[in-house]
Order: sequence, then structure tokens, then C-alpha cells
Amino acid sequence: MRNLGEALERVTRVAGIRGAMLVSESDGLVVAEALAEGLDGAAVAALAASLTLRLRRTATSAGLAVPHVVQLRAERGTVLSVPAGDDLLLVAVAERDANLGLARLELRQAAAQLGS
Amino acid sequence: MTDPIRELTAQLASDPQSLVFLELGEALRNRGQPAAAYKVARMGVNRYPELAASHDLLARVLADQGDRHAAAEAWRRVLELSPGHIGANKGLAFLAFRAGDPEGALPFLESALGAAPGDEGLAIAVQRVRTALDGAAARAATAAATAIAPLAPSALRGAEGFEPFEDARGVVLLDTQGLRLAGTLDAPDGSDVSDAVAAHLQGVSREASRAARLLDLGAWENVTAESPDGHLLVLPPTQSTVLLLLRDARVPVGRLGLIAEQAARAARRWLERLA
Repeated sequence: MRNLGEALERVTRVAGIRGAMLVSESDGLVVAEALAEGLDGAAVAALAASLTLRLRRTATSAGLAVPHVVQLRAERGTVLSVPAGDDLLLVAVAERDANLGLARLELRQAAAQLGS
Repeated sequence: MTDPIRELTAQLASDPQSLVFLELGEALRNRGQPAAAYKVARMGVNRYPELAASHDLLARVLADQGDRHAAAEAWRRVLELSPGHIGANKGLAFLAFRAGDPEGALPFLESALGAAPGDEGLAIAVQRVRTALDGAAARAATAAATAIAPLAPSALRGAEGFEPFEDARGVVLLDTQGLRLAGTLDAPDGSDVSDAVAAHLQGVSREASRAARLLDLGAWENVTAESPDGHLLVLPPTQSTVLLLLRDARVPVGRLGLIAEQAARAARRWLERLA
């Protein structure tokens, strides 16, 4: 489980990231989390998994391959989701002004670390 | 939490008389399983032949499958059972436009608008069709058809603000029920995937809105999905429309966001011009 903790920490070190979590994609349940106070892990997991699944279907129905990043941008923040191995998603919640470029990079590298 | 379709299927199996088939059929549509959705819808119609919603579900499935004649028949049955049914009226209007018959679409649009006066897309479509029919000019009629019927991407590219989209792979504008107002999307293999994407897109909009609200992130602005062979971005230009852009994967996602903002503005201008 050391890899798991390191992977989440890698993401949460990015300025403006309020939390990161590993989520089971098929059922939207939390596998591991590192969240700031006030973030409801169960809700983030369920909503991120559900949205990712829908985006995947939309992308595949458009003839595209399975997405490697899904991002929901809202008024006060962003939710990022990347596949992290078999039936797993690495999800991060970012503040509005977070460095999304760095966050995406760290997410993908952490996901690769978990998937290896 | 389990797979919702599995859950709904189990519910239906344990209580075959329940109306859960409506939810199951819609979930199968959204998941892109038209054959399974058709079976569920057909079973629902057989079990509840007097229920408008069961025929409406069947009509949507048939429209997804491109069987316009059967879809129209099913929606007409909905109107017999439930006069003024918004979904059926919009569906029949959509089918009429697809058949190049704006005049035939008008009564359905007017009826739908009467039942849903706040529906911006409907109001625009009705106004445009009336103008076209009053003028009886071929040019106006063509423009009217584009208010709701599928619109070639070139028509959007010609609109002010869409010039940067000359190399776009596709753009599509939908109403909140997942019906196309404008645009066409082609898959990388060249096939038209507009309706299939539209069916899923309606669910994406709902999910995004729900997720942003429940996570206290405010209103959702856009959703992007980046695949190795293409990026797609979904955003709501107005409260009653959803727009999807599909671009080559070589377009950086940051630039895609800028393009999306231009697209949203252009879509709003386009809607206003039709009004």
C-alpha cells in the first residue's frame, strides 16, 4: 500500500489540489483517499465514476478510443479523472486557480505508477 | 453500488408488473445498447399498451435505430393516449425536419411550445418555421429547416465566429432531450455518429450538472474527454442547449477550451439570429 499512499501524495502536493482518491470505476466506491476537510469522498467517488463512464460511452460512440483524461470544469473548481489500471480511476479535485497542467501530469504519472 | 442496469434488470425480474422498464430502457439507450433497449421497450408496450410513456420509450429507441416510420407511428400513438405530450411532439417535429418537411413539423412544434413555453430551442424553431412558411421563399425555408433539423457543419462554419472551426471534425448542438438542433458529427471512419453521440450526451449534461452541484463547485462550465485519437468537449451555451465539439487529438486541451468559448458565443448568436 506504500505505492498507493505515495501516488496520492504526489497528486495532493500540487498547489490548489484539494484531494485525490482511488476509485473503483464499476461501482464508484472509494479504494483510498487523501482529501482535504469538507470534501465528501464517497460523493466525489460516485460522481466521478459515473461521469467518467458516461464520457467514455460518449467518446466511444463518437468513434474515439477510451479517454485517458476526463475533466469537469465548474465555476469554483475542477474534477479530474484518469484510468489507473484494471477498473480503477485516480481522481483529483482542484480549486479554481490550481495549476491544472501540473495536476494532470502528476495524475497521469501517479496512475501509471499504480498501474505498473 | 452495483451496475445500474443490472440493478434495474433485477428489479424488473422481481416485479415484472412494475414501471421500472421505462428507466431500464432509457439506461440501455444511454449505454448504447439499442437492441436490448428495443426488447425492453417492446415488452413495455405489450404489457402497458395504454401507457403513453411506454410508446414514447419505444419511439425513442426506434428513432435511435433510424426507423423513422415506426418511430413516428409510436409517437402518434403517444399523442392519442396523451394529447400535448411534449416528447412526442418534439419527436414528430424532428422526424418531419429530417424528412425535409418543415411545414409538417410546425403543428408539432407549436403544440410542444404550448406545453413548454420556456423551452428556448422550441421557441426558436417555431419562430423560424413560421417566418419561412409566411415568406414561402425557398431560401427562408432552407434556413428554417436548419433551426431544428441536422445542419451540415459548413453551415455552422459560415456563421460569424465559427471561422476558426474550418478544420473542426465536428460540432453538434442539442436540446436538453438529446435531440439535435444543428450540426453533424462524423466518426474517424467517416460514419455519421450524430444521433448515437446525442443519445449519450444528454446524460453527460445531467451528470455534469449533478456532480458540480453536489460537490459545491457551482455551475458546470464544460466537460472534456481526451482520447489518443481525439478530444471532445461538452458545454452548455444556454440553459436549454448542449454543444459538443470534437477535435483532433493534436489540438491541445487548453486551446480546445478557448475554441469552446468561441463556439458557445457563436452558438448563442446563431440561436438569436434564428429567433
